[in-house]
Amino acid sequence: MGIEQSAITALMKSAISGGIIFCGIILFEGIKMFLTASGGIAVSNNIKGGLQSVHNIFKKAILNKGLLLVLLILLIFVPFALNNYYIDILTITGIYAILALGLNIVVGLAGLLDLGYIAFYAIGAYSYGILNTEFGIPFWPALLIGGLLAAFAGMFLGMITLRLRGDYLAIVTLGFLMIVHLILNNWDSLTHGPNGILGISSPSIGKFVFSEPIHFYYLILVISILAIFIINRINNSRIGRAWIAIREDEIAASAMGINVTTMKILAITLGASWAGVAGVFFAGRYSFISPESFTFLETVIVLSMVVLGGMGSIPGVILGAALLIILPEVLRGFQDYRMLVFGGAMVLMMVFRPQGLIGNPRRKIELMPVNRE
Amino acid sequence: MFLQQLINGFTLGAVYALIALGYTMVYGILELINFAHGEIYMLGAYITIISLSILTITGLTSKSLILSLLIVLIITTIISGAYGLTMERAAYRPLRHAPRLSPLISAIGVSIFLQNYVMLTQGSADKIFPHILPPGGLSMADVTLTYMQMFIIITSVFLMTALHTFIRKTRLGKAMRATAQDKKMASLVGIDIDTVIMVTFITGSALAAVAGFMVAMYYGLVNFYMGYVAGIKAFTAAVLGGIGNIQGAVFGGFLLGILESLGAAYISSEYKDAFAFIILILILIFKPTGLLGERVPEKV
Repeated sequence: MGIEQSAITALMKSAISGGIIFCGIILFEGIKMFLTASGGIAVSNNIKGGLQSVHNIFKKAILNKGLLLVLLILLIFVPFALNNYYIDILTITGIYAILALGLNIVVGLAGLLDLGYIAFYAIGAYSYGILNTEFGIPFWPALLIGGLLAAFAGMFLGMITLRLRGDYLAIVTLGFLMIVHLILNNWDSLTHGPNGILGISSPSIGKFVFSEPIHFYYLILVISILAIFIINRINNSRIGRAWIAIREDEIAASAMGINVTTMKILAITLGASWAGVAGVFFAGRYSFISPESFTFLETVIVLSMVVLGGMGSIPGVILGAALLIILPEVLRGFQDYRMLVFGGAMVLMMVFRPQGLIGNPRRKIELMPVNRE
Repeated sequence: MFLQQLINGFTLGAVYALIALGYTMVYGILELINFAHGEIYMLGAYITIISLSILTITGLTSKSLILSLLIVLIITTIISGAYGLTMERAAYRPLRHAPRLSPLISAIGVSIFLQNYVMLTQGSADKIFPHILPPGGLSMADVTLTYMQMFIIITSVFLMTALHTFIRKTRLGKAMRATAQDKKMASLVGIDIDTVIMVTFITGSALAAVAGFMVAMYYGLVNFYMGYVAGIKAFTAAVLGGIGNIQGAVFGGFLLGILESLGAAYISSEYKDAFAFIILILILIFKPTGLLGERVPEKV
């Protein structure tokens, strides 16, 4: 009798919450209708105006070289004012910034959707984990090897799917992540399954071993600046312009003599290599890795950073990374609702502000819905 | 053993085929991979659990099992159809003329949103689905076809036939085919494209939700992330048969179900979920148009 009773209450609870889900969806629809109705347009314009002014402030700040220098100096000296916990959060922000910069090459610059991006991060982390614990290979060569292995995996997936329509890439990479996860969990002799790999050594230079959070902070700062520099250079090169052309009109681009397939494969390869580098750093920082750190949710978080910050904009995705790591830390109660908000935000951003918080103006024109029919 | 695996695979395939139909129909008309489709399947499973429990409380299930199953099916179809409709209105319609990347990202957003909504409201633990069909089934030698499998196969074949008739014989079905061929031309001859797209989403969602219902009964378990793997597999089935092709999706679904079942039995059960992916890769390398699909040149 007791079991039945509890079953019934559980079922009633689920009935009620099911109703809530449905009402939530209806409410969402209602808000949308309100926003598109005449009265709502004013409200939505106000929101848009607010976003625009935030955008303008950031844009001015970013164009100003002096301010960039101030920011850099601030980033160098800020850890002295913080305790280890906050330094660690900044380090995590750095890891995610590199991930977001890498994904930005694929999503923002080349306009392809890569949903298995975290698989490359996992490849980087596990290649250092395995190479170090089994063969004693130190951090620095592993940084290169991890990046290269991830790049090869990206190239392989790109070569299979990118001869075809770009949409397939999304689902193939998603499947790839699923497979990587299966292997990490089941190939016990190599990956130690769900238990993960323990005791990966920290990076060192000569006698100096990176051990304090602040050491890792400076290391990730250097890697991030390197990533920003390299990606910015690529973006402003022939390759970057080819990507813009492909994004805007694939057929026209190929008529102009751009090898569309090669350029797309290059984008996913370069993106994957940065994920690999970030993965090696992650393994070196925490000296412990397990499959749990490399789930689909992580991909979603990184994708949200890119979408929120502004696809194709380097300062944008860095801002996105900073916001999405630091905000949940500040708003503790928000943690449970984080993914819900990210999902909803992705839809809202696409509908109302596809270029992101700091998008580049060219991208804004591209992303405006055009009636081609 | 082999025959048993074939039957199991056929049952699984029926489910994949039902989900794949929704992918292929939406893709045929909008050229959009609807990532949230797997979530509708998951929602379908939850809606059935909820409505079935309400019926149990009213005492209907103990009086007439068939009637209550029918009612549950109807409720599931209606509610999940409403979800599909809402999804299209809120997340895809505003982006119909946007570049291809925008609706894809929006679709992922919807998928994450729904998954987490269900997790927050229903809890992250697995939910147990009550055994309502009698256990056992028809046995011959050492091969058994359970009542559950019979129910799944009969229901899906019925739904597929109904869909086929709908698309082939009715006016709306004709409009759907016309829209899939050429949206602009279809609108010029007076077809309301918006209605057609709405109907496509509603039908696709209803089919996926019924699939969710049947899987929930088959495995007896429901959780909020079940749509993720099922979505990838159903998409593989759609690509296997040739995406955009309705018969192809059904064929691909059954083929994938059987291959997976045989693979799990004879090769490795740990890597069961990997077979779909390997098949997807092989198809994309060797026959990207799918088994029944035809090559469509990209339109300018």
